[in-house]
Amino acid sequence: MTQFDQISLFLVIAIPLAGAITAMFLPKDRQEPAWYFAILVSLVTFVLSIIIFARYDYGTGGYQFAREFQWLGEPLNISLHLAVDGIAAPLVLLNGIVLFGAVLISQTITRRPRDFFVLLLALGSGVFGVFVVQDLFFLFFFYELAVLPMYLLIGVWGSSTDFVTFLRTKEYGAMKLMIFLVAGSVLIWIGILAMYTAAAGEGSPTFSMVRMGELAAAGAFSEDFQNWVFPLFMIGFGVLAGLWPFHTWSPDGHVAAPTGVSMLHAGVLMKLGAFGIIRVGMVLLPEGAENWMPILILLGTVNVVYGAISAISQQDLKYIIGYSSVSHMGYVIMGIATLHPVGLAGAVLQMFSHGIMTALMFAMVGAIYERAHIRDINVLNGLMKRMGTTSFFFAIAGLASLGLPGLSGFIAEFMVFVGAFRTYLPLAVLAVAGAAITAVYILRLLARTFFGEADPQWEHLTDASPVEKGVGGAFVLVLIVVGVWPGPLLRVINTGVDSVLRMF
Amino acid sequence: MTSLTANIHLLTPEFALAGLALLVFVVDLFLPEDRKDLLAWLSVLGLVGLAILSLFMLNGQTETLYGGLLAVDGFSLFFKIVFLAIGVFVILSSIDFVRQHLDHAGEFYGLILFSILGMNLMAMSRELLTAYISLELLSFSLYVMVAYGLGNAKSNEASIKYIIVGAFSSAILLYGVSMVYGALGTTRFLEISEALAGLNEVNPALWVGWALILVGLGFKLSAVPFHMWAPDAYEGAPLPVTAYLAIASKTAAFALVIRLAAEGLIPAAERWADLQYVLAGLATVTMLVGNLVALAQSNVKRLMAYSSIGHVGYALAGIAALSSGSLLAANGVIFYLVAYSITNMLVFAALISFFNMTGEEEIASVAGLADRQPLLAACIAIGLFSLAGLPIFVGFTAKFYLFTAVADGGFLWLAGLAIFTSLISLYYYLQVIRQMYIQPALAAGSPPEHDQPGEETHDDGHGSHHNEPEPSGPPLARPAPVLLAVLGVALVVVVWLGVYPAPLLDWAEVASRAILPNAPVP
Repeated sequence: MTQFDQISLFLVIAIPLAGAITAMFLPKDRQEPAWYFAILVSLVTFVLSIIIFARYDYGTGGYQFAREFQWLGEPLNISLHLAVDGIAAPLVLLNGIVLFGAVLISQTITRRPRDFFVLLLALGSGVFGVFVVQDLFFLFFFYELAVLPMYLLIGVWGSSTDFVTFLRTKEYGAMKLMIFLVAGSVLIWIGILAMYTAAAGEGSPTFSMVRMGELAAAGAFSEDFQNWVFPLFMIGFGVLAGLWPFHTWSPDGHVAAPTGVSMLHAGVLMKLGAFGIIRVGMVLLPEGAENWMPILILLGTVNVVYGAISAISQQDLKYIIGYSSVSHMGYVIMGIATLHPVGLAGAVLQMFSHGIMTALMFAMVGAIYERAHIRDINVLNGLMKRMGTTSFFFAIAGLASLGLPGLSGFIAEFMVFVGAFRTYLPLAVLAVAGAAITAVYILRLLARTFFGEADPQWEHLTDASPVEKGVGGAFVLVLIVVGVWPGPLLRVINTGVDSVLRMF
Repeated sequence: MTSLTANIHLLTPEFALAGLALLVFVVDLFLPEDRKDLLAWLSVLGLVGLAILSLFMLNGQTETLYGGLLAVDGFSLFFKIVFLAIGVFVILSSIDFVRQHLDHAGEFYGLILFSILGMNLMAMSRELLTAYISLELLSFSLYVMVAYGLGNAKSNEASIKYIIVGAFSSAILLYGVSMVYGALGTTRFLEISEALAGLNEVNPALWVGWALILVGLGFKLSAVPFHMWAPDAYEGAPLPVTAYLAIASKTAAFALVIRLAAEGLIPAAERWADLQYVLAGLATVTMLVGNLVALAQSNVKRLMAYSSIGHVGYALAGIAALSSGSLLAANGVIFYLVAYSITNMLVFAALISFFNMTGEEEIASVAGLADRQPLLAACIAIGLFSLAGLPIFVGFTAKFYLFTAVADGGFLWLAGLAIFTSLISLYYYLQVIRQMYIQPALAAGSPPEHDQPGEETHDDGHGSHHNEPEPSGPPLARPAPVLLAVLGVALVVVVWLGVYPAPLLDWAEVASRAILPNAPVP
């Protein structure tokens, strides 16, 4: 390991956080300095995340770039222990990409721009933190840090949706999201305390996940204990992953959020939940996980089908994507619950792929809404004529989400199906049906809203700005590259999956 | 046998503090009305000097005075520094307020000094009557301070309630002390624990005595169901006094309770085990009632009153988890009290500053504050996030530490409940933050409205335009330099302790070891 590898994980958390603090001293109302500064910070973290991913040695596998900073000594034994494995490394890369894209796309934020970017960078730092720490205290710390800015980001800069008969205000979306996520974290917190007391009962009080992993492997936690603590993590993290029936915050939150925040939120924040189930639930409580997986895969299947059916009935572009996210997170949950190497690897790949694709969709919808001030698919039509590039990028993302071969979504969903077919055949069949429903709403959307007859009222719309085109193009490129050449990503993911499943 | 006053020099800070308070009263007589600010600076200077003096006495030894009535140990020194610091903060943030809104500035600062003296003695007392007298010194100063808004009917009402309930609870406390004395024949903490441990059969009078003491202290702590005076007293008192009530009197009462529990009860393990469940029950209702009733408040002071009741519940949960086998719970409660104090100081300093400029104290009146005065809004928001227990602020770290200690002490269910009530508290804290950051400012003179800004519907179909009307409202001036300094220091401490609490915790451990000397050394 070089000197740089030893601090790269620390830097990837510290730089956005330090950037957020520094940005507080920028002028309050001027957009350019804040935006340029945020671009600079997120570019640095983007480069860092590429380096971390590229330097992860999949031949060796396991946890790499480990670094431990003592934080509190006896009797709590908390340390900032950083390390990534094959599951975390691609997600770090994902967050690097999406954060950079979200900052770029947020060019249009003109109200209190400085505050916006301060919060956005803090959010990014929290997400990086969860992916790279190996200590339950800090995992929770960064988890909450990622949730904290959401209320203001949605409440201040979001938009309300008028459903004619009732109004979904942005405050409603923000409060609902916050209360759901913090309610989830209540369960996680209780789970963490239970783990700590159990470890202390074994004579080694600690919050270190490495140490607890060793205890778990040695069979220190009884099956009864695992059976009641695992659901705390499963539901607690599941809330953030959009697990049915705790998903209702997610469409409302996504829709109310401003574009950049929706991107980060659907793109990476929901992945924190799925990641938490793997990293905390499965690794530390293997027996509990095994006993609860049938329930989890059932809920995941409901996610897939229910999310897809809900998306069909939506009229608002953002709500369609919001419910499609719920449906797609269902594949991730199913893949995890298979406890099968192919299924789990598919789940992680789906996290990456869905993160990029949904961020791209939200970016393009944001561009449309910015110009048309409306997201109703009954009113919007024939956008291809006026906003060609935007429509094209949206179409690619849509095709990736319905699983078109050649784009990243196909491989991920295919792997999840393979895993599920080998373990829970009836549910796998249902999930495939869910994928078919996805095709219905995506194709209907593409056919009418984008490729349909153009309405003269949309004559005035202009195509995406160069920044939006750049971000969209880059994301499309990632979708295609991962779609045709998933090897590098899968090699890394497989090392992580193998070490997780070694416990089972 | 050494003379009772052999090491009387250890009380130098207390004598000096009493002298300082008298000096302030005397100097007040000779100062013209427009120079009263000097008294505040004199008090602050004195307190800082005393804090430095106390720090020099931090020798890690436990010394007793007056034959064991008072202890000068790590515990009392820790709390002395905390109380002196609170005094400095409160005096600095009240200078402008006192000049604008209150008469008799000199007595105001003098009373604060006397109450600090009372608090210092509370942290030092190792005997029930001494503790009682120290508590009364604090309470009497507070009775007068709550009544300071002379012309204000609310302030008068609050002070009458506070005095009656306070006197009532003091009487109950004293009655409890007498019954315990009757049953055990002693009022010294160490002897109480020995006597308790040696008992084969528990005299019912003893239980009644402890119950009465618990009720009396419960009133002082404003633990549910003895809390009903708190919201009225908080609302009626002048804002800096509210801050002082919320921060100082709570912290001091807890210092007393911690020492009483650690030295007087915990060594008698069996009796303590019974009491633990009583305390856990008290903590449960306190957390639930405080946080649930806070949801319904529309006045900032009342909101903070109920919020502070909720926080008393968390600290009580920590008290219930105290044990002789581990310092974790004692550390946790002490850390939590410091975190609670500094965070409340931040919120109250910002509220005082806002009140100085606008004279408003309704939650609806802070609407649009983020545009009118971003710094104040940020301070209040950070303080409230910290109280709700979100990182990177001290509230998060302290709650995590405290709840871990509670779970470790065998009360996982209580920790779970505390975490759940924190979620409830987040909702009402967010209501204030929503007013400041999302709602537009009210036009002057218009009644507070509760409708949403996005409610104006658009004809262009679904989805309202996201360019809402810019919040209006006159921008506010910057806070006064002194308040700015207080806010800045509190802000830095809130973040610093949230990210790096290790030094404070080391120090807290010295304090807890002084009262729990038998805990194993890790």
